[in-house]
Amino acid sequence: MLNDPKNYKENVTAYQPKIPYFMNCLNAFWVGGLISLIGQGIQTFYMYFFHFSKQAAGNPTVATLILISALMTGFGVYDKVAKFAGAGTIVPVTGFANSITSSALEHKSEGIVLGIATNLFQLAGEVIVFGVVSAAVLGILRLFIEQIF
Amino acid sequence: MSKVRKQTWRFDHPIFLAATGTVVGPLESKGPLSGNFDKEYQHLNCGEKSWTEAERALMRRAIAFCLAKAGKSEGDIDLFLAGDLMDQTVTSNFLARENRIPFLGMFGACSSSMETLAAGAQLVDSGFADNVLCAVSSHNATAERQFRYPTEYGGPSKLTQTFTVTGAGATIVTKEPGKVRVKEATIGRVIDWGIDDASNLGTAMAPAAADTIWTHFQDTGRKPEDYDMVVTGDLSSVGSPILNELLLEKGLDITNVHQDCGTMIYTPDQPVNAGGSGCACSAVVTYGYLYNRLAEGSLKRVLVVATGALLNSATPKEKDTIPCIAHAVVLESAKEGQR
Repeated sequence: MLNDPKNYKENVTAYQPKIPYFMNCLNAFWVGGLISLIGQGIQTFYMYFFHFSKQAAGNPTVATLILISALMTGFGVYDKVAKFAGAGTIVPVTGFANSITSSALEHKSEGIVLGIATNLFQLAGEVIVFGVVSAAVLGILRLFIEQIF
Repeated sequence: MSKVRKQTWRFDHPIFLAATGTVVGPLESKGPLSGNFDKEYQHLNCGEKSWTEAERALMRRAIAFCLAKAGKSEGDIDLFLAGDLMDQTVTSNFLARENRIPFLGMFGACSSSMETLAAGAQLVDSGFADNVLCAVSSHNATAERQFRYPTEYGGPSKLTQTFTVTGAGATIVTKEPGKVRVKEATIGRVIDWGIDDASNLGTAMAPAAADTIWTHFQDTGRKPEDYDMVVTGDLSSVGSPILNELLLEKGLDITNVHQDCGTMIYTPDQPVNAGGSGCACSAVVTYGYLYNRLAEGSLKRVLVVATGALLNSATPKEKDTIPCIAHAVVLESAKEGQR
């Protein structure tokens, strides 16, 4: 019985499309893995040709991935890949770059200061806030645990 | 002007659509209804610098086509009724700034198409205006930006989510005989059955559409067979089966005549998830495809039920449920052999 305003939300679930969890996970896994593989390739490239140490090669590697992702966003390709790959493209640093670049592009029409600068971290803000907060909390926890043991 | 029961208006005079104007964006022009529109833009920016200006260009072009086809100028129009999805309906307001026609801005979210048409027909019927210009628009990028994410942001979308149609539709309502007649209108009530997911508007709006359709058939005493088509605005592939089931439970079977503009305008393989939505969805299908078929007489009588979700981008985050509405308008072919 769908004509029941109080229980409509529950009763209507039978009419909702099934979410293809397995395929979503699979696509996220292989695309995310592919991005990581490309990242590894870039890191090895910097180590082999520019003689970076493994640790020092990290920064130019991330910068290169960000650049590629920002360019792909500008050319209108990134969102199409991301629609297919889901978390596979959101979780890596490329997703972070996409969120910033897309916000900048979107608010360009409102000007550099109030448009781009104000809205740059519109989507990435939550990642930064929770990243900083959880790092601080874990840091304090680690300090206490080290004191005890 | 006569009121039929509580919610339905039956116009005393013969009210006609003098002409229509429709423009669509790139994805719609690759859909199955391509060729029914006056202008099909191949790029989302419509040759403008920002999305906001692109949407304005859509409505401007739709109105220009409509006026030209009706052989009228802006000076012949007594009243301009318009609506869109942008904050404070700026597309409509800014177009009214350009055309200088006395203006009533209307907002019924995606139901604005039939809201403006019903009100326009009523104003012509009652004699307060001779020619009323009704227009609505929506643009995928302005809607995405306002309600979801930046255009180029990459993220997964839910299967229940709809894709805002880029386009605009305009029509002129008049007493001068035309090819398509506006017969009746049923004004909807706001219905909220507790859906709070803004990416599942088809499910949220289905009860509102069912309420208006049920009321329309009660008020007019007609049966679904009396219509060639009952067309809903943007219930999509998710909301449409729910609507049919809601009405079947009450003993009204519209399954044979029901179609949804959101699923008519795209093919299933286009990347639009559950289908199209937005003010322009029902407007371009009605003023483009349905108008053409009514004008040639291959459709005799159609009930267009435009559905709207009356939320803004903040209310779902504040855990509010989504109020929805649907307005219905009966369009008839003016050709001989009416039903």
